[in-house]
Amino acid sequence: MGLTNQSSGINVLRERFNVKSNLEQPVIALAGNPNTGKSTVFNALTGLNQHTGNWPGKTVLQAQGTFSYKGVEYRLVDLPGTYSLLANSAEEEVARDFIYFGNPDVTVVVGDATCLERNLNLVYQIMEITPKWIFCLNLMDEAKRKKVYINIEKLSEKLGIPVIPTVARKEEGLTDLKEAIAGMVRGELTTRPRLVRYDREIEEALDYLVPRLSSVIGERYNLRWLALKLLDGDQQIINHLQAQFSN
Amino acid sequence: MKMFEIQPGEYARVRSLEAEGNIRRRLLDLGLVPGTLVQNIRRSPLGDPTLYAIRGAMIALRKEEAGLVNVDKEER
Repeated sequence: MGLTNQSSGINVLRERFNVKSNLEQPVIALAGNPNTGKSTVFNALTGLNQHTGNWPGKTVLQAQGTFSYKGVEYRLVDLPGTYSLLANSAEEEVARDFIYFGNPDVTVVVGDATCLERNLNLVYQIMEITPKWIFCLNLMDEAKRKKVYINIEKLSEKLGIPVIPTVARKEEGLTDLKEAIAGMVRGELTTRPRLVRYDREIEEALDYLVPRLSSVIGERYNLRWLALKLLDGDQQIINHLQAQFSN
Repeated sequence: MKMFEIQPGEYARVRSLEAEGNIRRRLLDLGLVPGTLVQNIRRSPLGDPTLYAIRGAMIALRKEEAGLVNVDKEER
């Protein structure tokens, strides 16, 4: 995965998020809507027994564990389930900040195959933050029971992102998921995310902001997203930037 | 009509949102964008909040929020 000087700077950020990773361990974040079986995926991968249950805000404090695949140990961070990453709540802020500032090696978004549509809001938001992510479409068995059939290849092609169907409860598809994670960490599995294009005024403002942000912050972060947040007047992000780049 | 005026079992389609700022964003995140079909599943015993089916999920909204959503009733 090539931990360079650049990513050791990121490690400082990871410390802030209390990720107990040594430098060798790639960090994998698990995000997704509430009730998609995210914690079940977490448990199935790590063999831990983080409590799974059906109520909101169950995973406010992020749970962490490790799993090994083909001789590499990965650190998995379970983020709170959210419908959005626009930071309307503490959970959303944790999830968003971790994915953006924590810069995980791979983000796995767990989606509910029984109601794919309502997971796509989060999918497009993640896509704007990072290109390094995988869509894990869970609850495939329940979808089948509800006579919902999903064309995985087509979905993957439309999103420009690998889509892995799973039934985490029965441990189905997990090897494929681990293989995809490993491939992305090694840089062999890449994505072609279909980014949202905005109205001309917004795109022009982005064209103006991004190079200016680049001269202050460098290329470590996804500046298009940052510029969008600034246009949005997102006070949390402005505070973050002031705290980090005030010198 | 407002979204809270949909009766249990009835359907309506979202026309527009009157909310601003964070509440508007929140409602959009829940899938309440213009054109979305919603159904009133049932009211809680005290009449508020109400459970709605929105894009494949059950979501309870208070009258306060559901009053910010303009809908058109849809016969089904």
